Amino acid sequence: MKPFTYERAADARAAVKAAAETPGARFIAGGTNLLDLMKLEIEAPQHLIDVSRLPMAAIEAEGEGLRIGAMATNSQVAGHAEVRRRYPVLTQAIVSGASGQLRNRATTGGNLMQRTRCPYFYDASKPCNKREPGAGCAALEGVSRETAILGASHACVAVHPSDMAVALVALDAEVETLTPSGEARRFPLMELHRLPGETPHLETHLIPGELITAVVLPPPPEGGQRYRKARDRASYATAHASIAVAGGKVALGGVAHKPWRAVTAEAALAAGASPDEAMTAELAEAQAIGENAFKLPLTARLGAATIREARGETP
Amino acid sequence: MRTTITVNGEARALDIDPRTTLLDALREHLKLTGAKKGCDHGQCGACTVLVNGTRINACLSLAVMHDGDEVTTIEGLGTPEKLHPMQQAFLSEDAYQCGYCTPGQICSAVGMLAEVEAGLPSHATADVAQPAAVDGAEIRERMSGNICRCSAYPQIVAAIEAVAGGKA
Repeated sequence: MKPFTYERAADARAAVKAAAETPGARFIAGGTNLLDLMKLEIEAPQHLIDVSRLPMAAIEAEGEGLRIGAMATNSQVAGHAEVRRRYPVLTQAIVSGASGQLRNRATTGGNLMQRTRCPYFYDASKPCNKREPGAGCAALEGVSRETAILGASHACVAVHPSDMAVALVALDAEVETLTPSGEARRFPLMELHRLPGETPHLETHLIPGELITAVVLPPPPEGGQRYRKARDRASYATAHASIAVAGGKVALGGVAHKPWRAVTAEAALAAGASPDEAMTAELAEAQAIGENAFKLPLTARLGAATIREARGETP
Repeated sequence: MRTTITVNGEARALDIDPRTTLLDALREHLKLTGAKKGCDHGQCGACTVLVNGTRINACLSLAVMHDGDEVTTIEGLGTPEKLHPMQQAFLSEDAYQCGYCTPGQICSAVGMLAEVEAGLPSHATADVAQPAAVDGAEIRERMSGNICRCSAYPQIVAAIEAVAGGKA
């Protein structure tokens, strides 16, 4: 690990101020992803601002919805009585990711900010545009089994690894932040992450030093909810493909650089299409780059089965 | 950096580089070598300890972030004279071969049963709104963050079932 200095933020305003003023500063909360990458020197912050003890871990009612503090751990969110009862798709998504130990430490804000698990991003001996802009992408000619089929670019085919974020997108969650100048802003979580384009090193629309303070859920939509994930192992593995269904809302995971809101499938379902037709429509623009070709039929079938399951039909 | 962590009931003052993980602080600075360094990346679970009663990977946490926390390692769970019920169950069920992963397995199992008791669902829970049972499928899913390369898994599940059954 490269040397760094460390401070524990007294409050959120002090944290964003320090982040704006200190070169090479990063926030750390659970640290489960950041420390892993720091050990490999893929991340090398010069200064860590510990936000883990900021009083932002509450999960409380907001109107008819629910406000989840950014420091609430994955386990706290998944185990919260209101989440289990009213937003089961979120609990299902969270408990299908990582391990018990990691979920106990990983936070809501950190989960959204985690980096891709693309093996070439992790392998410093191979070119990666995300690690080093302009270096090239080794995944294009390499082991491409886990790469994106939607919204990828010639610069990057990595996928976003979060399960939680896929459910949050299907639930129409909003993200609340504090900017370095101390302003609070709130916007749809669907707009947090970017597609890779020519700049895959830019992963979110947050401005440098901006801190996620909460995720806000509107009341759950009418209709059933379900999260399903296809992966190599029965547990503790990232998704080949995953899908969150909440009423008429659908989001996909493991297939794109961001949690993928399936707006085409949603429109098709709303117009009376069958789940299979809706998934076919959603994947019309999907592109395989070789070894990931299996993801197209997998996503179509998993998606259709999960939509049926959420409706209470036979998968 | 000055950091004080209560380890196995005793306040321990440390002066450490911020890069020191909780695992290295325990093993290298406090000479508590029960928690093991397997992968050092949160994938194997050999470093599992309880922090304020909750199981975490000690390798993926900075010691300076645990100032004021209460950490329990395998050394604090029981003693050779008075074993923790989970330690006794691992002996009785022959739930290990080489033993390298065992401290992490035992700390993880103790933390895991507390999670079940608190009502936390898992990927194996059919209806996440309902309390989970402690059966083989639930135990296997909830223990998936602990690898045993000797593959003593059937006995590990049996040991945990024995402790969970004793509580019921």
